[in-house]
Amino acid sequence: MATWHEYLKAEGRPPKWPYPIRYGEEKEVETDVLVLGGGIAGCWAAISAARAGVRVAIMEKADIQRSGAGGPGCVHWCNVPKNPHSRVDPDEWAIREMEALGDYSNGIAIQIECRENYDTLLEMEQMGGKIRDTDDEFIGVEGRQDDTKFMICPRFSANNSIVAHKDWQKPGFNPPETRNNTVLHVWGSTFKPALKKECERLGVEMYERFMATCILNENGKPGGRAVGATGINTRTGEFLIIKAKAVILCTGGPSDMLWMMDTEHGGLSFSSRNNSSAGIDLAWRAGATLTMMEGSAPTTDGAGLGHKWYTGGGDACYENVPLVDANNKVLPAPTQGWADGGALFPANRDVVKRIREGIESGEYQLPIYGDFAGMKKEEANATWNLTLSEESTTKVMVKTMNECGFDISKDQIMNYTYMEFQGSEQFRNVRGSGVLVDWDLKSTLDGLFVAGTSMFFACDHTAHGLCASTGRYAGRKAAAYVKNIEAREPCREQIDKEKERVLAPVKRDSGIEWKELHFALNRVMQYYVGGYRSEHLFDLALEEIRQIEEYAVPQLYALDPHKLMRSLEDLSLIEHAKIAIQAMKERRLTARELNVQRLDYPDSDPEELKYYLLLRQEDGETKFERLPIRFWGNMKEEYEKHNPDYTGVYKPEN
Amino acid sequence: MADEVYAIPNVQTPNAPVIIDSAICTGCNTCVKICPLDVFIPNPKQGESPIVLHPEECWYCGCCVMDCPAPGAIKLNYPLQLKPRWRTKATGKFHFLR
Repeated sequence: MATWHEYLKAEGRPPKWPYPIRYGEEKEVETDVLVLGGGIAGCWAAISAARAGVRVAIMEKADIQRSGAGGPGCVHWCNVPKNPHSRVDPDEWAIREMEALGDYSNGIAIQIECRENYDTLLEMEQMGGKIRDTDDEFIGVEGRQDDTKFMICPRFSANNSIVAHKDWQKPGFNPPETRNNTVLHVWGSTFKPALKKECERLGVEMYERFMATCILNENGKPGGRAVGATGINTRTGEFLIIKAKAVILCTGGPSDMLWMMDTEHGGLSFSSRNNSSAGIDLAWRAGATLTMMEGSAPTTDGAGLGHKWYTGGGDACYENVPLVDANNKVLPAPTQGWADGGALFPANRDVVKRIREGIESGEYQLPIYGDFAGMKKEEANATWNLTLSEESTTKVMVKTMNECGFDISKDQIMNYTYMEFQGSEQFRNVRGSGVLVDWDLKSTLDGLFVAGTSMFFACDHTAHGLCASTGRYAGRKAAAYVKNIEAREPCREQIDKEKERVLAPVKRDSGIEWKELHFALNRVMQYYVGGYRSEHLFDLALEEIRQIEEYAVPQLYALDPHKLMRSLEDLSLIEHAKIAIQAMKERRLTARELNVQRLDYPDSDPEELKYYLLLRQEDGETKFERLPIRFWGNMKEEYEKHNPDYTGVYKPEN
Repeated sequence: MADEVYAIPNVQTPNAPVIIDSAICTGCNTCVKICPLDVFIPNPKQGESPIVLHPEECWYCGCCVMDCPAPGAIKLNYPLQLKPRWRTKATGKFHFLR
């Protein structure tokens, strides 16, 4: 017996809710540094603050052992230019990486990553995470370093962009002696358990299955110093109040769930259902400044309505596997292998066009396959048993396929990329949106630090390394901050108001449930904020959301604490949508850089593009400001100015 | 044939993201503890296999399989529409994940 229905049939009644219901009950605790979200960034923030000698607590809505986008694993550790095999200068690489991401990247986060990512990985190894081929499984694989046993990853090996290098098809392209060697393969499925163990060892208090609902401000007003947070237990409904001298927001990045929902279809989005817009909502309601809220992009492979090989996105041929057609004719598509410079396939539009034309003319026969059987044995082994096994949700897919008889030496996996066409303008991903931070990774709100993908434009494609190194950095900055500041009592009125808001859905037992609310919001985004945009459509979107809030939200009901969590996530998504639409409306231009095409403003505006659009809430009104792009200044100098005492790799005996 | 027919809503789709082998499962509830989505709840009968309460929220991360102390007790059961297809290169034989 495993399913609910089987239980019902066997027992003649449904199971009772297995946890005590504690709606209305409160728990109040106190700490120095409170970390919201216990994924890779949150764990690192907690560990680094605890190592600096302050009291630390984490609030996490799942179990920290496997929570967050990196819970099941991660394999590409990008931007490690200080590793011993790197051929680039970390500071120069940081600039190149920042520029490769376009005008709206995050130079602060990238600089931190390039300077500290290698130290972070070595500390990961101290804790028990696997970062080298210590079992000698992959001897002879290209990129494996026999002295250090590091596995250099081909990704970005010839350039530092997700787009294929212009010379990728030339013979002899990307020889070993010219590769930059900035990306390492890691065994990420070992990371989260090791991070949790270290948190335990350091005495970090872990409030698991608590979802953060509100950042508490000094004096209870948005804009006041962050002095703690509230949370709700996702199993019991107990209300948690944590007072803190500083808060680090690590709840993860906003996902594609504004445009799509990820239940019942087997994985529409890159992230799990847990990845909602909580961070955006928490920071906004507390009065912190957000930016890039107008950012979005059409779904690409790995998300959206198309098939994918695993629910985290992508397909089996995402790595070094060449694509062939039904007649085993090799397709002119770059893989992420060495020969192609580690480009992200199929980012190159010309390549896609060429293959599509070939399909239409009969040059290539559908379906397409990832030709594992055609690969060198060692390379197929490393691709299957390292790259694809450790990449997020894939480990068990690989295991399951092995058990079903799939054989990398003989078989080819079907690839759907060219059957499904490219991403849809109507189904989009959020891109770049997040909290504005300074060189201390502090938000504009006193006492509120931010790390990982809760920050603005925390995109280096695979953000695990960025999350780890910025979490570690924010932890030490927050620890330094709390050593020089007194605790402040949160405002009871704010707590009471929040408690009432949070518990409202459990006071009703009929009306509108969270999924219906979510789908309604998705429709607003798909209809009015998809490929066609104009002031009139934005106004309609805001008006429809206003009506949803007026009509549907007061009917939102949750039959148990789990459904309450989902309901609260969807309220955060509604808040996120409103902020995003206001930002989109304020950007009166068409710009490829922002993926914005407006029917009413068809022209670009080079002057306007030189600024980040900032938003914050003040007295219930949205305040806009503009900040020049590259406001972070000289990355090397600013980093050094802000980190004169950085001590490098942690020495466990300390 | 069912002895008792209950009036119940349509089942969620997919309904069984995991298959638990109750002969191997020890009822330790490790999967209940670590599942990020809270797909499972513990069985009211102590020592028995957990119950899948939120099947449609599963994102097939596989953490329950990875951390299960009784190997083979849990198998991921990918949704039918998401199961990989492959072929044997030499023979062209078509395979569909079971």
